[in-house]
Amino acid sequence: MCGVCGCGAGEVRIEGRGQDALLPGRYRPVPQRPGLLPVPGRTGGRQGERTRRLRVERDILAVNDAEAGANRRWLAERHSLALNLVSSPGAGKTSLLVRTVEALWGRWPMAVIEGDQQTSFDAERIRATGVPAVQINTGKGCHLDARMVARALPGLLPAGGGLLFIENVGNLVCPAAFDLGEAAKVVVLSVTEGDDKPLKYPDMFAAARLMLLNKTDLLPYVDFSVERALEFARRINPQLEVLLLSARTGEGMDAWLAWLEARAAEAGVSGMPGPAGQEVLRSCC
Amino acid sequence: MHEMSLAESIRGIVEEAREKSPFGRVRTVVLALGELAAVEPDSLRFCFDAVMKGGPAEGAELRIEAVPGEGRCPACASRVALHALYEPCPACGAYGVEVTGGNRMQVLELEVE
Repeated sequence: MCGVCGCGAGEVRIEGRGQDALLPGRYRPVPQRPGLLPVPGRTGGRQGERTRRLRVERDILAVNDAEAGANRRWLAERHSLALNLVSSPGAGKTSLLVRTVEALWGRWPMAVIEGDQQTSFDAERIRATGVPAVQINTGKGCHLDARMVARALPGLLPAGGGLLFIENVGNLVCPAAFDLGEAAKVVVLSVTEGDDKPLKYPDMFAAARLMLLNKTDLLPYVDFSVERALEFARRINPQLEVLLLSARTGEGMDAWLAWLEARAAEAGVSGMPGPAGQEVLRSCC
Repeated sequence: MHEMSLAESIRGIVEEAREKSPFGRVRTVVLALGELAAVEPDSLRFCFDAVMKGGPAEGAELRIEAVPGEGRCPACASRVALHALYEPCPACGAYGVEVTGGNRMQVLELEVE
């Protein structure tokens, strides 16, 4: 185990799936095409031992990327939209998701994958809304990876597909590097965190398509400059889309729901039959 | 701090290489590490030593070849050296320089016995 941050493997648990509680050895390598080219032997430095050099040229994230690609294909075949929500701990991802799935109830089939080091509190909060949720506990791990998501996917969405929200482990660093097969990363920044976060943790803001600036109802009470935060975020990622909202009061939620509507249309997600689906956006907030 | 996962991936790559081309033990693992790959070399070394224990690369030297960051400025189209994601273009001062290199990490080579 890593003594610096505590990252470690072999402790991953998926709760709410029954059968596959424990994930054995992560990162079994997938077979790869380019052959290993043995470089002709040469004499090594230690007492004339023979050593040879193997040219490998393998991307370290290739295994994860291949598994993420498989997840992406799985989701596309089901006309589903998956979003990877990332933020530091306490930015309000779960509250935002609860509010979102309540607002969209009946519009599309939905499901949530919750990632946390420990506890199933978040999955329980989602399930209380009636939306199915799976909790992945990463143990000491600091991010979700594509394999964990692959294990959580089967049976989570109906055959006709729907919307899948993946709430990553609260961490503004590591989840940036790990593709899960999502259509987009959505980074949640809250006004209680400081407006300089985009510059302090640039990789996450570079990897995201959308930034949600949450807890705007607290703006009068904190020294947070929205202008500065947006300027910093767009220095890192000029294409970054930004929406301001408060998951607590519902202010700004309509624009977020409209953004989801547009992404779902791009992914070809079929709405739920019946009039309920059409009324949802109007009745919210 | 995802260096632990990266070290596990490196171990997977070493084991895969050994299945294809059997060898005794690994003496050196050579990585190409991009300046913009968001990896802390010291953390990676620490995790590497811990993760390789009990496998063919236990005690192996980790040699890291740094790959400089490169970018292209969308405003003035200059090709520039980039040391961090938030740096302005050294030629014209614009932000949002597009990364064109130095953001990957690869196992390049193994020296094996």
